Amino acid sequence: MYALIALGYTMVYGIVRLINFAHGDVFMVGAFLAFYAVEKFHLPLPAVFAIAAGGSAFLSVVIERLAYRPLRNAPKIAALITAIGVSLFLEYFTALHQVFGPNYYAFPRPFQVVSLEIGGITVTNIQGIILLATLVSLGALQYVVYRTKVGRGMRAVSHDFVTAGLMGVNVNAVISFTFGLGAALAGVGGVLYGIAYPQINTFMGVMPGLKAFTAAVLGGIGSIPGAVLGALIMGQSETMTTAYLSSTYRDGIAFVLLIAVLLWKPTGILGKARTEKV
Amino acid sequence: MTFLANIAKALLPFAALSGLILFLSAHEILNPYWVQIFQLACVVAISALGLNLIYGFTGLFSLGHAAFYGVGAYTAALLTKFYVGAYGDEALFATGAVFLGSLLAGGFAAALLAFLVGLPTLRLTSDYLGIATLGFGVIMKVLFDNADSFLPQLGGARGMTGIARMTGIPWAVAALVAAILVIRNLVHSTYGRALVAIREDEVAAAAMGVDTFRYKVIGFTAGCAFAGVAGGLYAHLYAFLHPSTFDFLKSFDVLMIVVLGGLGNLTGTLVASFAWVFLLEGMRVALPPEYIEFRWVLIPLLLIVTMLVRPRGLFGVREFPFLRSKVYR
Repeated sequence: MYALIALGYTMVYGIVRLINFAHGDVFMVGAFLAFYAVEKFHLPLPAVFAIAAGGSAFLSVVIERLAYRPLRNAPKIAALITAIGVSLFLEYFTALHQVFGPNYYAFPRPFQVVSLEIGGITVTNIQGIILLATLVSLGALQYVVYRTKVGRGMRAVSHDFVTAGLMGVNVNAVISFTFGLGAALAGVGGVLYGIAYPQINTFMGVMPGLKAFTAAVLGGIGSIPGAVLGALIMGQSETMTTAYLSSTYRDGIAFVLLIAVLLWKPTGILGKARTEKV
Repeated sequence: MTFLANIAKALLPFAALSGLILFLSAHEILNPYWVQIFQLACVVAISALGLNLIYGFTGLFSLGHAAFYGVGAYTAALLTKFYVGAYGDEALFATGAVFLGSLLAGGFAAALLAFLVGLPTLRLTSDYLGIATLGFGVIMKVLFDNADSFLPQLGGARGMTGIARMTGIPWAVAALVAAILVIRNLVHSTYGRALVAIREDEVAAAAMGVDTFRYKVIGFTAGCAFAGVAGGLYAHLYAFLHPSTFDFLKSFDVLMIVVLGGLGNLTGTLVASFAWVFLLEGMRVALPPEYIEFRWVLIPLLLIVTMLVRPRGLFGVREFPFLRSKVYR
């Protein structure tokens, strides 16, 4: 779950070095689109996923075009503050009665929950689907980034976007594509979230977004397997805390872990150490 | 005597301002609500000045400012509560001194914590430091939420009540003036220049003989002390503390103020703090009740537009005359 959101963060950060705070809210919009697709239009599940992913991708590309691109050569902090602004705007704008409304909505289950017991561990089919979706997106991302032309463009832009532009890479298109791809994954994550925890509201993106980002940093930001690894560690530690300590400490433990890891490896578990250039 | 004369000259406008506000509120031209908002703006400005020292002058990306604010608030509130509990409200002979003492204790507690947190985390760079401090902010919020299991007086997730209302216009203005003077003199001292050198280029600063790590800890600790004092004032202004006041989103608020005003710009921070608080509250009055939710829709839009138009903050490098360095005009 965190993995899907974390992938989007890590990709965007890897390429434009921007903590996209609005990402968690794109995830929320994905969940709401899916909610309407299921509740109002009774669409089949694949169509729901397609709408959520497409809608999120479109939203994210628009945000990038309007809010982040004009600030690409401005101080980094300006873009960051803008990202926080976009995030607040999405949360409160969608909470208006005229848009999604400020209430909690019950997300309808598109299928029955089935529990399976494999070797003493209870697994529901939802967890299975989440795992499958995560693995599929991880594989697809690895393929896109390392085996396709646009992926090569992404890696080039990530390395040095001025030089990449000189070498004939369409930097703007590549960055838009990255935002779109990351957001599509967040949209899928939103649908899965709605299915797994069937209650959504417009502020639901804040905590998962923050934790997914933490997961991305934990695993080494900019690294795709790192994001998934970090997300798995985060999920595990939170479940363990809830089970053995107390659920009130759950939100804290992830960050204790994060700080511990950062002190040990300042660029995350799978992150590359960068030497300071003079 | 020029030294005292200078101080008197600097204090005059603030004394006049607080006198004016007290006069207006005494004659019911200004209602108590707006007086309270004015005090809140002073408190926010002190906290934002602290963050400007950390981020604007030293270049340390801190996203945990509200946590230090909260530590100061809880410490100061706890101390005055013990005092009032032990001696009652009647023991007024030293109330001012007790309040001052607890404010300073709040600042000291925040500084001490900042020192302990800073020692390991300030070795991290840029965004990673931001994430570590953000994480620290979330951890502190969780601790505040569970604080009643260590000390029932702290109230935990239900909030802390029964704090004496001690903050008034004189206190808020005096604290703000003190904060401005301390920060102004600090940033124009050799210490301040070392901090700016670190912000501009850490490697070059080290090459010029600046003990970068030591100065980073100093800058971080000092900035957090301001947050602690501001927290103490906040606690005795509203007489109620709740953990949600100190979560990481509130750290973003302070960060937005500092960036809007311009990094390393004291004038900007002051103006942005007051503008921010009054805008938030003013819209409560200005908007018709059925559109009150639009407040948080308009503010981010305003923020985004401001950033797009002035990416270096409202004031850039311009300062009010009394905040400029006397050496480099």
